[in-house]
Amino acid sequence: MKAAQGRLNDVIRFSAVDGPGNRFVVFLQGCNFDCIACHNPYTINECDSCGICVEPCPEMALYFDVHSRVVVDEDECTRCDICIQVCPSDSTPLSQMVRLDGLKKRIHEVSPFVSGITVSGGEPTLQSDFVASLFGSIKCDERLGRLTTFVDSNGHATRDVWDRLLPVMDGAMIDLKALDPDTHIAMTGQPNHLVLDTIRYLAEWDRLYEVRLLIVPGRNDAPDAVEKTARWLYDVDPSLRVKLIGFRQHGVRPQFADIPEASHEQLATLADVIRSVGIEDLVLV
Amino acid sequence: MNMEEFRSRARDIVNDPTLTFHQRKHYLAWLAENALEYPSLSTAAAEALNKQIICDLFEGSAPYRGRYILPDYGKALRNGSAHLELDPPTDLDEALNFLLIMYTQVPSITGYPVYLGDFDKILAPYVTDDISDEELYRKLRLFYRALDRMLPDAFVHTDLGPHDSRVARTVLRIDRELLQVVPNITLKVDPEITPDDLLLEAVATVFETGKPHFVNHPLMVRDLGEDYAAVSCYNSLKIGGGSHTLNRLNLKEVALLHQGDIDSFVEETLPHYVELLAELIEARIRYLVEEAQFFEHDFLAVEGLIELDKFSAMYGVYGLAEAVDLLMEAAGKAGKYGHDEEANELSYRITRKIADLVAERPMPYCEGNNGRAFMHSQSGIDSDLEVTAGTRVPIGEEPEMFDHIRAVAPHHDLFQSGVSDIFHVEDTVRRNPTAMVDIIRGAFREGMRDFTFNLATNGFIRITGYLVRKCDVEQFDEMGARHGSTTFAAGSVKNSHVTERYVKRVLSRESSPRAPQ
Repeated sequence: MKAAQGRLNDVIRFSAVDGPGNRFVVFLQGCNFDCIACHNPYTINECDSCGICVEPCPEMALYFDVHSRVVVDEDECTRCDICIQVCPSDSTPLSQMVRLDGLKKRIHEVSPFVSGITVSGGEPTLQSDFVASLFGSIKCDERLGRLTTFVDSNGHATRDVWDRLLPVMDGAMIDLKALDPDTHIAMTGQPNHLVLDTIRYLAEWDRLYEVRLLIVPGRNDAPDAVEKTARWLYDVDPSLRVKLIGFRQHGVRPQFADIPEASHEQLATLADVIRSVGIEDLVLV
Repeated sequence: MNMEEFRSRARDIVNDPTLTFHQRKHYLAWLAENALEYPSLSTAAAEALNKQIICDLFEGSAPYRGRYILPDYGKALRNGSAHLELDPPTDLDEALNFLLIMYTQVPSITGYPVYLGDFDKILAPYVTDDISDEELYRKLRLFYRALDRMLPDAFVHTDLGPHDSRVARTVLRIDRELLQVVPNITLKVDPEITPDDLLLEAVATVFETGKPHFVNHPLMVRDLGEDYAAVSCYNSLKIGGGSHTLNRLNLKEVALLHQGDIDSFVEETLPHYVELLAELIEARIRYLVEEAQFFEHDFLAVEGLIELDKFSAMYGVYGLAEAVDLLMEAAGKAGKYGHDEEANELSYRITRKIADLVAERPMPYCEGNNGRAFMHSQSGIDSDLEVTAGTRVPIGEEPEMFDHIRAVAPHHDLFQSGVSDIFHVEDTVRRNPTAMVDIIRGAFREGMRDFTFNLATNGFIRITGYLVRKCDVEQFDEMGARHGSTTFAAGSVKNSHVTERYVKRVLSRESSPRAPQ
């Protein structure tokens, strides 16, 4: 199925941290996880036009349109983010539907400077038809055809979703919050069987660029749990690239303000644990 | 300057505890030169010079050597030198020894050679297969250390590329290890020739030392021919030639003096001052060639290692950002250079106009560019205050990198002899150097001529195209500096807003040529 429109949160034209080389990154709106460690919780839900943000906007850039939907006057908006701070629904009035050709025009602008594009979020697989359309049209475009197409996903998607993406997707970065199902539910609100299956499936198809392990102190940082996770990943693919990321408070919701950040020493220790099972391609962030 | 003032200033230099013996001697020579009469100028040009609307970069009142000289070292090595009593070298040791000797005899505005040759090309005949990688490394390392200690000036420059080579790789490796200011390096990049892994090696070197600077090889070849080099900082000129002089037009001052609309600025006020600067350049060239007769007696010219007909002069501009913003403001428009489409268009109109005028203005002894001066976007000197270098976007006001590149790139086509925009990047790129390779290649695809980036977290600050070590700048006030250019940088850092920069961006300055006052 083709989708000519997607719900966009924002784009970053140059990113050095979202896959190989310099990349144009598309952040889609909407996520099926509710992670305690989420750095951009305003991408989780779609805006329900409750209007709570309209009055606090200092630029008066937000208003109700004739359909009682909250819309933004782009010329007035200064991206001060007050609307995001007052939003009770982990959303933003600034996300908007974007047309495929409009997005492609922006990719054309930066194409001389990038290795490829990465679709992130939010959770991009929730809009897999749009992502597949976007990637497909990039691959068929004379000037954009050389760009690689990557997905940055929580992995919570069924095989038919990946089957739609695989013909046009060069690689995926998948987050694995925990191997233990209960820990996973506690950290994300969802079970992890789809995530684990995604990792296996993409590795089989040789499209798994990296698996990211976010270490959240007190939640998933027990060395034996990390070792178990590493063993499981090693069994999937011994040459797998693993990125070990320490939790940071930046952007996290106030109710999780008491979660401590991971120290450099702790990460170094866990890195040794991961390497001890045979994983060599390990990146620390 | 009367005799009393002269004596007082000479005394200050002689007694300045922050200057080395060599630096004192250099400034004393500068002071003596400036006690002489200036080459004859019209009243209008003399007044513009006096008010610093046009500026000679304090090169001195009686030019007796070209500003930038690019000897043909390849030819010197092939033929030997009668003046230096050196036979052509027969192996790598002899070649490196030959070059070290020759460097001490190459004049320039700074007193040190601004060009050391393209190491990979000039050494290629001596880097034979029987020299192992380790042996090559050891020999070049000693040579490299000697350069920094013997020629302590950050404007001393070598070029590498666009082809891959053992010498290029080894030089980059040594640069990362020794963390020296000297030599500065340019890598010539040709999309068809330069491999990604050489670029990656270069990017990894920038992470440690802020070097090399990257140039768009095909664009340079179009404007200068195959035998060109980037020297000093961002000054691209012909090998075997050079630039007699570099003078510059302060566009901000021109805009401040202008009364009227944008059209009359471009069509009347600007051409008037463009010609005054041309007059200044011509007078300085004539003095150098006809009065000081540099090309009649210097051994480089006598032995054919430089040729007058490969020389030209550099026509510099700066303060474009302020000029554009002032003109926009006078026209009742709020758009700023670097951010607003209309302001950017105006900036292109201004540089295009200057380029057209310079291309129409015959210049004596400039056969290196068909009898015309080279356009140059000048990077500033340490005494510049509240005026932005060259055609750059003001410090702290730079848009994000993509918009920044798009705003400045259209100027690059016009400035054959160099244009400097420095991009400071986030430290995260250390983990993904390919991202920088993408951006460098993209910048050249988009028509940029020069590309420089640096990280906030290495030990070097790029002041213009030249680098200084952060620790040297911090210690300068107390202890003085071994490198002449650190003296310049200390003034530059104080007078600019280095610490206020967006991702600690450093303002660029070409040099501080005057004696401290």
